[in-house]
Amino acid sequence: MTREWGGLSIQQVIAKRVQEYRDVSGGLLPLLHAIQGDIGYIPPASVAAIASGLNLSRAEVHGVISFYHDFRSAPAGRHVLQICRAEACQSMGSRELEAHARNTLGIDYGGTTADGAISLEPVYCLGNCACSPSVRIDDSIHARVDAAALDVLIASLTDAGESK
Amino acid sequence: MSLRIYLPGDTTAVALGADEVAAALLEQASKRSLSIELVRNGSRGMFYLEPLLEMEHQGQRIAFGPVSAGDIPGLLDALAGDAAQHALYLGATEDIPWLKGQQRLTFARAGLGDPLSLAHYRSLDGFAGLEKSLQLTPQAIVTEVTESGLRGRGGAAFPAGIKWQTVLDTPASQKFIVCNADEGDSGAFADRLLMEADPYQLIEGMILAGLAVGATRGYIYLRSEYPKALDTLNAAIAIAQEHAYLGDNICGSGKSFHLAVRVGAGAYICGEETALLDSLEGKRGMVRVKPPLPAIEGLFGQPTLVHNVLTLAAATTVLAKGAAFYQDFGVGRSRGTLTLQLAGNIRCGGLVELPYGTSLRQVIEEFGGGSYSGRPIRAIQAGGPLGAYLPHSMWDTPLDYEAFAAMGAMLGHGGMVVFDDTVDMSTQARFAMEFCAVESCGKCTPCRIGSTRGVEVIDRIIARQEPAANRELLLDLCDTLEQGSLCAMGGLTPMPVRSALHHFPEDFG
Ligand SMILES: Cc1cc2nc3c(=O)[nH]c(=O)nc-3n(C[C@H](O)[C@H](O)[C@H](O)COP(=O)(O)O)c2cc1C
Ligand code: SF4
Repeated sequence: MTREWGGLSIQQVIAKRVQEYRDVSGGLLPLLHAIQGDIGYIPPASVAAIASGLNLSRAEVHGVISFYHDFRSAPAGRHVLQICRAEACQSMGSRELEAHARNTLGIDYGGTTADGAISLEPVYCLGNCACSPSVRIDDSIHARVDAAALDVLIASLTDAGESK
Repeated sequence: MSLRIYLPGDTTAVALGADEVAAALLEQASKRSLSIELVRNGSRGMFYLEPLLEMEHQGQRIAFGPVSAGDIPGLLDALAGDAAQHALYLGATEDIPWLKGQQRLTFARAGLGDPLSLAHYRSLDGFAGLEKSLQLTPQAIVTEVTESGLRGRGGAAFPAGIKWQTVLDTPASQKFIVCNADEGDSGAFADRLLMEADPYQLIEGMILAGLAVGATRGYIYLRSEYPKALDTLNAAIAIAQEHAYLGDNICGSGKSFHLAVRVGAGAYICGEETALLDSLEGKRGMVRVKPPLPAIEGLFGQPTLVHNVLTLAAATTVLAKGAAFYQDFGVGRSRGTLTLQLAGNIRCGGLVELPYGTSLRQVIEEFGGGSYSGRPIRAIQAGGPLGAYLPHSMWDTPLDYEAFAAMGAMLGHGGMVVFDDTVDMSTQARFAMEFCAVESCGKCTPCRIGSTRGVEVIDRIIARQEPAANRELLLDLCDTLEQGSLCAMGGLTPMPVRSALHHFPEDFG
């Protein structure tokens, strides 16, 4: 997730993206993905600009943002850690893994660690079901993750781990 | 001469360390001044052997697996001597019984080469179905599909030919082909594997579907949980466009087909075809009332052919080899091959493609090789989160849509999730209700509210509060969900719940 937007303000980024997608049919989802890709979340203040750009009501835009699990209205941590909660992973001990993650990070689903390093989220299936339990960190997926493996992954995401 | 080595770039292979193996391989090769050509192929679906390293050796491909980065120096040493002595040596890939015992049509090419190489695709019969279709009338293509007996692979198993005919017969200025690549079922990964290993097959299927029904635009609705599939599809579409398989003059025929990928946003219900269409239109993924059928009024109100990834892929085989060839596989009304995905607590998990009609027990025993934990297997959830939990006594049923329906179960998309004897079935039933509550589109009260009530009732059963009365209440709730739901999300959530209650009553107090 980029923190600099090529010298543009958040408003300018959003205006640019709205311009890009306003004529795409059914363009609201791709637009929201693009905005979230640029700035990491969909700022609530941008709803009005999105709505007027796409000729929708603010309620419609808000309704879409709130309907989909992927869209967030506030910034996430530097990394997003998703743990698969679905059945294949359950059969391999993901319930214990979830508990371990919550205890280790000291946060629940939807939370971000105090140092801003990690946001914890549930996910329902990563399509890696023959080698469960699965977790996703940003865009990489990890297989057969037990508590010890998760500890190693988490350590690599904290400031000390990242600076190595 | 350089040594050609294959190492999958597939999500599961990479999740198990394939990129680290590749890096170690390149580093060791350069240290040893060994000339190698590394191909990042798709996976063959033997996930229990990933990362699976293959090399060309005396005219055939030999395999090693599962390989880790630390194995590379020893492996390269072994190659200089007697490779067969290496502990990870698996012999000729094609002769590995797990693979040899399958009957691959749709997944015949998976894992053989670079997924983005058009030359490779063409060398293995790729685009044969499209070339044939370009010679046929739209009606002749549709007739071929109808006669093949092809049924939808997304779960409902509806005859494909009827849908193709309806879209063909509905006049409109713009029609659409929509590929349902939402693959939300836990235990399912066949769509992902195909898109990552053989993306041109899906693209080919969509183009020829477009020719058949008169649609010039297509969308692949891909779930956001599949970042690698997204990259592969986008790259493949760009290459297909460059080589005039897509665009306004397909293979010089003057016909058009334009294709784009749209990414979902984490909502299971968007796998339901009408919710998917709403989502593609940029709305909340709300299920629509049918009729009108999507084939008549679908995307943006236009006739739309919606199919699962595997259905569209199978259409290439039907056209290339003919309806009769396809018909020859399978049993009863289930024709062709079934793609089973062995998942969860299983020793040899992965993708098994077989003609319909084999029994689940045979597949679990011959291919699965028992549980991963080594403990006895207790239950198998067949067909995704809305599918039944099957005890041992039901594993002999032939894998066939009608036979599964007759025992209150479903094959769905073919995902089979295995649980060992540590599973608590009341917890699994509770999860089914919880999942429904999380993923309901909210349109029907029983689905939206009833599922949350279901969680509470099961919690009381688990806490041993009036278990008999609460069991009754739970069954009543299941009836309400089944009868009062617009779609199978609410309508089928009772299936895992009832099967757990019925077959594993000892877990419910
Ligand atoms: C809750 C729900 C989820 C579904 N998820 C998927 C899915 O992920 N992939 C899919 O192909 N079909 C899914 N379906 C089935 C689709 O509604 C539809 O039947 C299918 O896309 C038609 O394609 P087919 O004829 O090739 O099977 C789902 C249905 C329901 C009710
Ligand atoms: S059953 Fe559930 S998911 Fe389906 S339409 Fe009704 S509320 Fe929506």
